[in-house]
Amino acid sequence: MDPREFCAQTRLAIVAGKGGVGKTTVSAALARMAADAGLSVLVVEIEGKHGLASAFGAPSLTYEEQELGPGIRGRTLTPDQALVEYLEDHGLRRMSKRLTRTGAVDVVATAAPGIKDILLLGKVKQLEQRKDVDLVVLDAPAAGHAVTFLLSPRSLLDTVSVGPIRDQAEDVLGMLTDPTRCRVLLVTLPEETPVNEVVETAFMLEDKVGIDLGPVVVNSVYPRVEGLDVDPQDAADAADIGLRPGEADALRRAAEFRMARQELQVEQLARLADALPLPRLLVPALFTAEINVGEIEVLAAALAQSVEALAPAEVP
Amino acid sequence: MTATFADMATGCQVVVCCGPGGVGKTTVSAALAVHGASAGQRSVVVTVDPARRLGDALGLDTLPDTPHRIEGDWPGELWALMLDPKSTFDSLVRKYAPRPEQAEAILANRFYRNIAGALSGTQEYMAMEKLYELHASGDYDLIVVDTPPTRNALDFVDAPRRLTRFLDNRIFRLLMLPTRVGLKAVNAAAQTFLRTVSKTVGGQVVSDAVAFFQAFEGMEDGFRDRAQRVLDLMSDEGTAFVLVASPRRDAVTEAEFFAEKLSEAGIPVQGLVVNRMQPRFGTGWAPEADRERAKTLAATPLGPLWANLADLHALADAEDREIAGLVAGIAPGPVVRVPLLDSDVHDLAGLATVGGHLFPAHAAAAEPATSSPGGPP
Repeated sequence: MDPREFCAQTRLAIVAGKGGVGKTTVSAALARMAADAGLSVLVVEIEGKHGLASAFGAPSLTYEEQELGPGIRGRTLTPDQALVEYLEDHGLRRMSKRLTRTGAVDVVATAAPGIKDILLLGKVKQLEQRKDVDLVVLDAPAAGHAVTFLLSPRSLLDTVSVGPIRDQAEDVLGMLTDPTRCRVLLVTLPEETPVNEVVETAFMLEDKVGIDLGPVVVNSVYPRVEGLDVDPQDAADAADIGLRPGEADALRRAAEFRMARQELQVEQLARLADALPLPRLLVPALFTAEINVGEIEVLAAALAQSVEALAPAEVP
Repeated sequence: MTATFADMATGCQVVVCCGPGGVGKTTVSAALAVHGASAGQRSVVVTVDPARRLGDALGLDTLPDTPHRIEGDWPGELWALMLDPKSTFDSLVRKYAPRPEQAEAILANRFYRNIAGALSGTQEYMAMEKLYELHASGDYDLIVVDTPPTRNALDFVDAPRRLTRFLDNRIFRLLMLPTRVGLKAVNAAAQTFLRTVSKTVGGQVVSDAVAFFQAFEGMEDGFRDRAQRVLDLMSDEGTAFVLVASPRRDAVTEAEFFAEKLSEAGIPVQGLVVNRMQPRFGTGWAPEADRERAKTLAATPLGPLWANLADLHALADAEDREIAGLVAGIAPGPVVRVPLLDSDVHDLAGLATVGGHLFPAHAAAAEPATSSPGGPP
């Protein structure tokens, strides 16, 4: 499938997954891929983490939208600012100051759980409806919060019987359950626990929220290297190449390590394929600890390649 | 300040493991508790959201919020407890309510039932509260707490104060004193506020909240004292905070932020565990030299072998650079690098493998007869 076509299938891509699986990296690579395919992209982060900004070479993202590169803009969203904006939009500017100052926000948020999430999602919906943006990429809250976050409109509809917040929850739910407007890309690693967790999350999102799931993005997949199954000393002797002391041992142990990891990953990818009827997009492991502009370019290109390998019929 | 994790597991009464999500905090916490038991201590690990198989291995699939004994080949005792913030909170309410009816009124209130799930920091506070309760019971020599993955680094330290501040909330205090003279102006403002909130989210929500604060009247002092004692325990000499991280940029950034905030709060981080490190194979070469050999030997069967060694070597170097600042900040506390393991840790044998890295001197005794971590033997 063509990456442009892939990115244009929906207006809001919510990138979700447990902590440590590389959600932010995948969000950045997805945004870059969409921009490279000619779309105008807005990448949105909930609360101030630093990863997304540095992936685009920016010091930090703010509540004010900023240009992050050709075709890509970025911003953050926080519940408190979303609340203040909501109140101001409803003619309650003075009340908003008072609410935040007295800590009454916490009281209200506790009285109606999910209200902060609804306000955030309401703001996301506003962004999704913008004419000048083709795709909004949302780097969803970390840890186990993603399901709670996306379930918030349904939970709120259970507790709140009237009022504008209820209308807002209904609007948000309308967006979340319309596949042409929104879908979730779950991110995982080719390892046992992350695979178990992504399977669980996928079923919960589908059953409880009714949200459309795009392909699962598997991050940090070892690029396959062939020819590691060779004894270094034998190979050196045969080719008449000298090895210094310890080198043959280091080469052999490194090769064995890589082969064992590759094999584990293949097993876990197979488990994932068995457990979830969703196509998979693979993002390669990079042999570096930091993710900057250059790395994101490499990952975006790899992601695009993986998208191209998707059969059009495979995508729900 | 202890020099090794072994000293920490035997010399401290409380160890709090904190750090970003997905880095193996539960595993490290459990390995510390297992070590305590092996050293003859009565140890207990308090965890929040263990990966299912590890939870099963620790018997946490049974009763939440109640310590569960794990049998094993150690001279001490090993207990595990799965935190349930809601029932911890319930018992606090029962403890501080002057009359049982008052406790029941609070427990039945819808607003109260939302607190554990919705008020940010409550889970963290209850983890610390549980820690205090276990400590005060005198039943354990070592209590290890695996903290919930948290967005705000200071939630553990700040949560008790935050909750008491919340329970003291001014607007609601005023609501409880509707007739007191002199407060009329403020009270009118409170009424306006309530009307607005009612219009926005519905009247039921507001009446639930008011009923809750009315029922809670008089219990704030008990809660505040308790919170203070919990805070005192956290800054006690016998309590150590251990940072758990992985060598990825985002995890390191978050861990550094954690360490900084804790130290600002007067709680120094006393040890660092970096999980999932790329193991090294051979020393003394630069990855660039490996890469060069891969190029010159590209046409031979040695080419891919050198290229692979260069990749893994470059990653190990990058990870070392990444964690250098974090490591320097922990000195002279112990720092342990645990290599990427062959499989996820989900049983006592896996914990022993991690323990082998955390407590090197005890590795021979603790290591089970499985393959060594980080690569095939």
